[in-house]
Amino acid sequence: MTDLTLSQPRQGLPAWAGRLPVALLLAVAFGVVPFVGDQYLFDAILVPFLALSLAGVGLNLLTGYAGQVSLGSAAFMAVGAFASYNFILRIEGLPLLAGLALGGVTAAAVGLVFGLPSLRLKGFYLAVSTLAAQFFVQWALTKFDWFSNGNASGVITAPPLTVLGISFDSSVGRYLFSLIVVALLTLAAWRLTRSEIGRSFIAVRDRDVAASSLGISVLRVKLLAFAVSSFIVGVAGALWAFAYLRTVEPAGFDLDRSFQILFIVIIGGLASIRGAFLGAGFIVIFPLILSRLGQALLGDTFDSGVLENAQKIVVGGLIIAFLIAEPAGLSALVARLTRRNLN
Amino acid sequence: MTGTPLLVVDDIEVVYQQAILALRGLSLSVDAGQAVTLLGANGAGKSTALKAVSNLLRAERGRVTRGRVLFEGQDIGRLDTADLVEAGVIQVLEGRHCFPQLTVEENLISGAVSRRLRGRALRAALDRVYDLFPRLVPKRGINAGYTSGGEQQMLAIGRALMARPRLIALDEPSMGLAPLVVEEIFDILHRLRDEEGISLLIAEQNAAVALRHADHAYIVENGRAVVDGPAADIAARPDVRDLYFGLSASSERTPHAPGAPVLTESP
Repeated sequence: MTDLTLSQPRQGLPAWAGRLPVALLLAVAFGVVPFVGDQYLFDAILVPFLALSLAGVGLNLLTGYAGQVSLGSAAFMAVGAFASYNFILRIEGLPLLAGLALGGVTAAAVGLVFGLPSLRLKGFYLAVSTLAAQFFVQWALTKFDWFSNGNASGVITAPPLTVLGISFDSSVGRYLFSLIVVALLTLAAWRLTRSEIGRSFIAVRDRDVAASSLGISVLRVKLLAFAVSSFIVGVAGALWAFAYLRTVEPAGFDLDRSFQILFIVIIGGLASIRGAFLGAGFIVIFPLILSRLGQALLGDTFDSGVLENAQKIVVGGLIIAFLIAEPAGLSALVARLTRRNLN
Repeated sequence: MTGTPLLVVDDIEVVYQQAILALRGLSLSVDAGQAVTLLGANGAGKSTALKAVSNLLRAERGRVTRGRVLFEGQDIGRLDTADLVEAGVIQVLEGRHCFPQLTVEENLISGAVSRRLRGRALRAALDRVYDLFPRLVPKRGINAGYTSGGEQQMLAIGRALMARPRLIALDEPSMGLAPLVVEEIFDILHRLRDEEGISLLIAEQNAAVALRHADHAYIVENGRAVVDGPAADIAARPDVRDLYFGLSASSERTPHAPGAPVLTESP
């Protein structure tokens, strides 16, 4: 966790040079990918990648920057998805984006409640208490079918993705819709990490007593971290449900998903916005590449079940290898490699 | 150096986790513009006394169970830390506790949180700190975790100054630092007292340095202030010299174990 925040611009390069790669990436994502990508790329790779990246960004604010471990991310995603669904369903004429935002606000409120134990608990103990969110939310969404508009198994179907009369209901459309939402929220998160709030997150994470000795309200900072993080994770959940899966049930937001997002953050790099995207890329895209590679190379000799298990072993091994090479995550690895190339 | 007492600690008792009695009726006072030092062995209750003043006991599940802490005649025992900082009392913690992942300058800025400084006012406050601690200037863009122990202590003091306090409580500012750096830090504390009129309450193990720089001294034993007086008088007392400087007037001796009798015959 070295170059987490506010790292100085590299000497000799103007400040904008550091942002150039991001600008280029955005230009390609908006200007090139929509024209060259195919349906498989959008539906199976890029949209889930974007949704999980955003969830990673959200969790990273809480865990990476503010130092509060959470195993409840999937629950907050579920709250975001189901709340958005209900707002759009029940309020006539509510614009889609307002529905998403309200879903995020609801997730923030729920996050705030489940963040209350953080005022007393730290580390593993806090992680265990956030499990409560995981189990409670899943239980409530299954138990009360009001949340899913009377569906007995809690399944909800995405509303049409229409913003200002423009329909985003195609593969490219869903991709662009996700990209816009993710880009805007990531920008906001990045700005936040560089503000006074971001500094107090880090202060509370690193030295909570010192932070409180300066008059930083540790209580308020922790709750704010839970709220902001849950907002972003909630919107990510709504994207996951509306833009990726289209129909989703509470079981889709189980503990495995929470772990997945936590691993995205850890593998990508704690307290790094870029890390969330690298981690999500690793978790989403890597197994797909491996699967294709395995099919192409060994598909004739082994059956698909064997290949699938072999993939998991390879992915697991690579995670260990990456983390040994750079304990601070892929983000730090990339930073090291680019620095070496520049020098 | 006498004036109206700025801070009065009146017969306080502190209990940790509802079980450990750390202070049993400690009283002390700090006059405006005075540097007061608390001396005592490990575990005597110096740090607890400071934390009771700056209301940081809650973080360690401690509580003031008796007595009062008055700042300018006002009971500050119920104020939370943020309000206390705004009122003008701030603590520099033992072991410095800079934020290692923030740069030196960001650490300083975080000290101004209670004043909500922006723009030029913030710049002016930063410049004042850099003026007092020129050693921090070349390090301003570096993560605090990569600076030396002395620089971190300066940073911790500078960070506290950003809140524009009237009383700074310092817990062991000399801890783990080279003698020359300790001198430098105490000189700056001196300047703070003389030039800005900031009152200081300093808990120290290093009795020699502390007594040289303080106006008044208290000796804390077993959660009580047992002796107090002008620093120069305390420094001259043979029993204190013996206990806290580790040598008596006549012969060298090994340092005392805490709690051991004050005066024993050498073998």
